[in-house]
Amino acid sequence: MDKKEYDVIIIGGGITGAGTARDCALRGLKVLLIERKDIADGATGRNHGLLHSGARYAVTDQESATECIEENMILKRVARHCVDDTTGLFISLPEDDLGFQATFVERCRQAGIQADIIDPEEARRLEPSVNPALIGAVRVPDGSVDPFRLTAANMLDAKLHGADVLLYTEVTSFLIENGTVVGVRTLDHKSGEKGEYRSRMTVNAGGIWGHGIAEKAGVQVGMFPAKGALLIFAHRVADIVLNRCRKPANADILVPGETVSIIGTTSTRIPFEECDHMQVTPDEVNLLVTEGAKLAPILEHTRILRAYAGVRPLVASDSDPSGRSISRGIVLLDHETRDGLKGFATITGGKLMTYRLMAEKATDLVCRKLGVEAACVTRTVPLPGSESATLEEAAGKIWAAPTTAQKATVGRLGDNAGRIPLDDVYSQSLVCECEEVTVGEVNNAIDHLDVHNLVDIRRRTRVGMGTCQGELCGCRTAGLLAKAGVCTRKAKEDLKGFMRERWKGMYPIAWGDTLREGEYSQWVYSEVLGLNED
Amino acid sequence: MQEQNLSKNNFEQCIKCTICTAYCPVVQVNPLYPGPKQAGPDGERFRLRDPFFYDENLKYCMNCKRCENACPSGVRIADIIHTARMKYSHHTPSLRDRILAGTDFMGKVARPVAPLVNAIVGTKAAKAGMDAFLGVDKHRTFPKYRFKGFESWFRHKAPDQNRFPRQVAFFHGCSTEYQHPEVGKAFVRVMNALGYGVQLLDEECCGVAMISNGLWKQARAHARHNVQAFEKTDLPIVTTASTCTFTMRDEYPEILGVDNKSVRDRIVLAEKFIFSLLDRGEVRLVFRKDFKARVAYHIPCHMEKLGWSIFTRELLGRIPGLDLTVLDSGCCGMAGTYGFKKENYAYSQEIGRPLMERIRLLDPDYVTSECDTCKWQIEMSTGVSVRNPILILADALDLDACRKINCGTEAE
Repeated sequence: MDKKEYDVIIIGGGITGAGTARDCALRGLKVLLIERKDIADGATGRNHGLLHSGARYAVTDQESATECIEENMILKRVARHCVDDTTGLFISLPEDDLGFQATFVERCRQAGIQADIIDPEEARRLEPSVNPALIGAVRVPDGSVDPFRLTAANMLDAKLHGADVLLYTEVTSFLIENGTVVGVRTLDHKSGEKGEYRSRMTVNAGGIWGHGIAEKAGVQVGMFPAKGALLIFAHRVADIVLNRCRKPANADILVPGETVSIIGTTSTRIPFEECDHMQVTPDEVNLLVTEGAKLAPILEHTRILRAYAGVRPLVASDSDPSGRSISRGIVLLDHETRDGLKGFATITGGKLMTYRLMAEKATDLVCRKLGVEAACVTRTVPLPGSESATLEEAAGKIWAAPTTAQKATVGRLGDNAGRIPLDDVYSQSLVCECEEVTVGEVNNAIDHLDVHNLVDIRRRTRVGMGTCQGELCGCRTAGLLAKAGVCTRKAKEDLKGFMRERWKGMYPIAWGDTLREGEYSQWVYSEVLGLNED
Repeated sequence: MQEQNLSKNNFEQCIKCTICTAYCPVVQVNPLYPGPKQAGPDGERFRLRDPFFYDENLKYCMNCKRCENACPSGVRIADIIHTARMKYSHHTPSLRDRILAGTDFMGKVARPVAPLVNAIVGTKAAKAGMDAFLGVDKHRTFPKYRFKGFESWFRHKAPDQNRFPRQVAFFHGCSTEYQHPEVGKAFVRVMNALGYGVQLLDEECCGVAMISNGLWKQARAHARHNVQAFEKTDLPIVTTASTCTFTMRDEYPEILGVDNKSVRDRIVLAEKFIFSLLDRGEVRLVFRKDFKARVAYHIPCHMEKLGWSIFTRELLGRIPGLDLTVLDSGCCGMAGTYGFKKENYAYSQEIGRPLMERIRLLDPDYVTSECDTCKWQIEMSTGVSVRNPILILADALDLDACRKINCGTEAE
């Protein structure tokens, strides 16, 4: 049985857990992060990837708005290679009340968000795909962020500062001695081995699953899962984030992220049992396309790649456990003062956008409990990969004349591209052609980024996230994984799982070109490669 | 819900079958070129993200359109690549590129001193100089300029033309004017024998060499000029050069954004025009009894794109005494001005190698092809002469008998 002692154990490998692990490690603590599946598997990897300016919350929730704009400006500095500084527009359509715009702009400015009213003509010039019928537009500093990359970069930095990371390892129970959490018992889902790890503090950063984790420690956190469905369109329809200038509603944000565009979201309360098995319904797809086309009419004729859904971890305020008064703000629970359970804290609520602040607050609490005096530096220290200001600069530091494949790698890894051998023909050859992911990049993920299967590789490299959804890259990636030591039978099983997971996202929107592509993929796999289902 | 079943964004219709790359002649010989799928629909998604992802190696695309011919999804791959070059390339056309693109201008300059120019550019010293200072490959043989062009020959024939009951307009193109006036002369003779008079147009170079060399503004000006000139007549606009035809029909709207709807359907290659006259029974052909030749037909890339080689094959197939072999379809490697460039010369020769080997093996009396730059490449690489199909037709027809049967007694 594996036994080790740490200053702090963090449960949850989403962005909150990864950010907290990094912050703790940067402050000199000995950290263990435990995640039952893979990084960014929950809500972190299932949202818009919107780098909020805070404008969306300006009218309804000033506190969130202020947090967002502060974090927005920090992330644009410290997480450059994960962030795309696109700016955003809040547009008013003929059916919207233009009177809302004045309130909106005033509340934005109160929160410290730069909000400039621009002429509809100017808006059409800035973003040609915007609904030309718009009657008003406000420009705000929205952007987009790649949540997988952000999580991986936080995780990587935590490890560079001494943290240990256990993926596919579930916390089965807590070690509680004298009313104090002193560690956790774990089950390694890959090997089936049990473990026991002791620590002076344990932080629950499990998102919606934090509800169940807290229960294992005998404390209640009142959470309400809210499902949000989104659609991925196959290319960057717009270059600017498009929002509706009205009270937040369904499907009113279109975000350009990497090579795709994402429209969302819906909002439906679901039971806890559904959190691990979410399906996007035809009604949700219909709503997303119909509402999305009001932001950018071309969406009606644009190929949809996938549909997916995430769960927001909404937290009921302690004074009203019924869930009627829900906070979307950051919730940090010190279970010692709240429940009399020492050595245990829960960090939840919040947003992808405010993960760093959540991590800072959680780490402050941990340090206070452990009597450690160390200041938070994550406001200023860039994440590994984010040192250069532009893609050109990052690429220029590594290669005099970067090739297309090298450029694509820099586009994903920023300065970290220099850590990967990418100079010979083989390592530059493409595994995933749609997203231009090279052999070098996939091997780097296999060697250094804790991957166990094809889906894990996808989260770290974008393999299979492009137009063909694994048609060409699935087998190639499986081959590289097999070369690295996975047995052939397991690699084949893994490939099957990967392709099923891709199809799950295609199924709700399988018509037109996406259906053709799906049919073609099936033909390639069954007839050309002979990979029929036995 | 989405109303359209297929994406309006043409590049999204790509299902990544990669057949375009299998058909690309460049990617097989030049590892620097990413291939049509990567350079086209795949690269486009990245370029939309950030112009940083534009790859200057897209310049190696010859615009042969074989990728588009192969594509089962109707993706305009070469158009995507060319449009990206227009939008993102930092490369500015060099003096060499401007000279090569200025087919019309260079012709006008060279003609008055044609013998001198031909003699000079034929010398080793001049070739070495152009290689070193301009980047025009020294191995290249230049087509000879003619002292007397097609139009000045035609001037004496013009009055006769109005006597024919039916008329066509003839777009002769630059190489007929400056280098190969015999093609234009043969066209006039054949058309007259079929009972058609020929009118010239106020034409300018179709602009294809400008498109290839990044002189977009000039190309657009030429396109607009030609469309306007064509609009002044209702006659069919008949041509003898496949690339000019293809450029004016398809590249004007797709790449240059010049609307040619009013004239597009009237622009037609001579072989297709004559074939349809025969097919409708409007004309008849009388061939010479003593014509004999072994000919190999090389289908130019843009002919493949037009889909019209069937008409040439059918027409030539009617000539008794003509032993016609259709060569396996493959690019000759010249691609207009592409093969003249020093950086492309080796690739150009490598691309054309299988075709040249086949021609050498076959050893025909001559090769026939509708494209003059294919002609230059094949003649230089194999020593076998290449003739436009209209020249073969003019040789094989009994022109007087033809004229009698098609014009009755009215004309001459």
